[in-house]
Amino acid sequence: MTRHVVATVNQIPPGERMLATVGGREIGIFNISGEYFAVGNRCPHNGASLCKGRIVGLVEASEPGSYQFSRRGEILRCPWHGWEFDLRTGKSWCEPDRTRVRSYDLKIEPGETLAAEGTLVAETFPVSIEKQYVVVEV
Amino acid sequence: MSIIDAERSREAKYKLHVIDCDIHPAMTSWQEIHPYLEKRWIDHLTVYGSHLRHAFSEALSHPRMSPDAARVDAYPEEGGPPGSSLDLMRKQHLDSNGVETGMLIPLRWNPGSQRNLDFGVALTRAMNIWQVERWVTQEPRLRASVLVAQEDTVGAVAEIDARGGDKNFTQILILPRTDEPIGRRRYWPIFEAAVRNNLPITIHVGGTGGHPSTAGGWSSYYMEEHHMVAQAMQGALASLVFEGVFERFPKLRVVIMEGGLGWIPSFMARMDKHWNRLRSEVPQVKRPPSEYVREHVWFTTQPMEEPGSAAALLDLFDRIGWDRLLFATDYPHWDFDDPRTAFKANLSEAQRHQLLYGNARIFYGFDA
Repeated sequence: MTRHVVATVNQIPPGERMLATVGGREIGIFNISGEYFAVGNRCPHNGASLCKGRIVGLVEASEPGSYQFSRRGEILRCPWHGWEFDLRTGKSWCEPDRTRVRSYDLKIEPGETLAAEGTLVAETFPVSIEKQYVVVEV
Repeated sequence: MSIIDAERSREAKYKLHVIDCDIHPAMTSWQEIHPYLEKRWIDHLTVYGSHLRHAFSEALSHPRMSPDAARVDAYPEEGGPPGSSLDLMRKQHLDSNGVETGMLIPLRWNPGSQRNLDFGVALTRAMNIWQVERWVTQEPRLRASVLVAQEDTVGAVAEIDARGGDKNFTQILILPRTDEPIGRRRYWPIFEAAVRNNLPITIHVGGTGGHPSTAGGWSSYYMEEHHMVAQAMQGALASLVFEGVFERFPKLRVVIMEGGLGWIPSFMARMDKHWNRLRSEVPQVKRPPSEYVREHVWFTTQPMEEPGSAAALLDLFDRIGWDRLLFATDYPHWDFDDPRTAFKANLSEAQRHQLLYGNARIFYGFDA
């Protein structure tokens, strides 16, 4: 596993997303109300670019005629066939064990820490000590 | 290996050669058709507008799973509905998916369902010319479909004869929910014209044609209606067989487009079973119904079935007949099938080539 700096936190405001290419893989970085998540860009169903999908909430019904809406902005819906993926786990809602997109470990780290690591930083991204960075482990 | 890596390596194994039998082009607006319409009908559009046989003119009976029933990633940057940009169609689909030939299936504006028959006929003529000028002459990989206003048989036949022999056109397009079941004799002049011009009749799902959206009535949900495309196709197929259309027109070829596949073997078996018992009601049907289907009817693959096991999918292809399946993507609609990933089974190279390319090449008579 290698850690990759992909963005400054300011580059991905809440509710926004960014597509990063890390080690030859396309990875979508999502900011959900200040929390960041990273998933692969390829839909495990038929290969669409997942990160072009709509971000929605989770609608459930305890019985016909009533509904609960929760997890606002945490569900990514494939731009083709509408499969729903949980951005926290990468699992699809309907087939969580069988159909899931790879999710990546992601951390927010200060430039200071990253600069101290040296080799990591030079690889992809100029890092300055006073900023916060999104770091993905691939 | 992760799921992603597995998909990537599989993709790289073969180069794609595809004939896509179902691509939906769109106009950016009604104005786009004006150059091909007589002034009389431009005025009609301005004063009265378009009105279809079903209620809520220009609307569908249920909200689609996404606006325009489109892939979310298929909206052109320059604006306009999905399917209206040739540049995007090239980049996103024709080039990247190895499409060597693509059949245009214009659905919106639905001339065959216009309440005003004269306007419907005028619109078929305009949209047929529009397909050639706006699409086929700009992009030689594309082919047009002859749109007809099937409820005006005389107008429909005139339009078929006007396009006959024009290599830009590969088939005649009819939507399945006609005023009467499509095998009824009032439509036979259209079949006669199809045979005379050596063009297959393609029946593509689309709209309700004024009938309830399901055989059980008007459903609450799109998801219900979406399953019922198969009902419309079953009705069309039974009508064509039992009315004796294939006896009367032994050279007629029919494509059932986007009706699903899983129902076909059981439907054929059930027709045969009932024929054994009720044949004397339909003496014009001289052979088991499934024989007519196998000889006269082809099916497009999209939306591909995903039965959960590769064996079940291969068995389905065996039972329908591998040579009867024509690949289609439905670009730019939401239930698009990607030629790389649509078939959830390990196909041999020869099988894959047959489905993606070979069958359509033979069926439409394209040179190798």
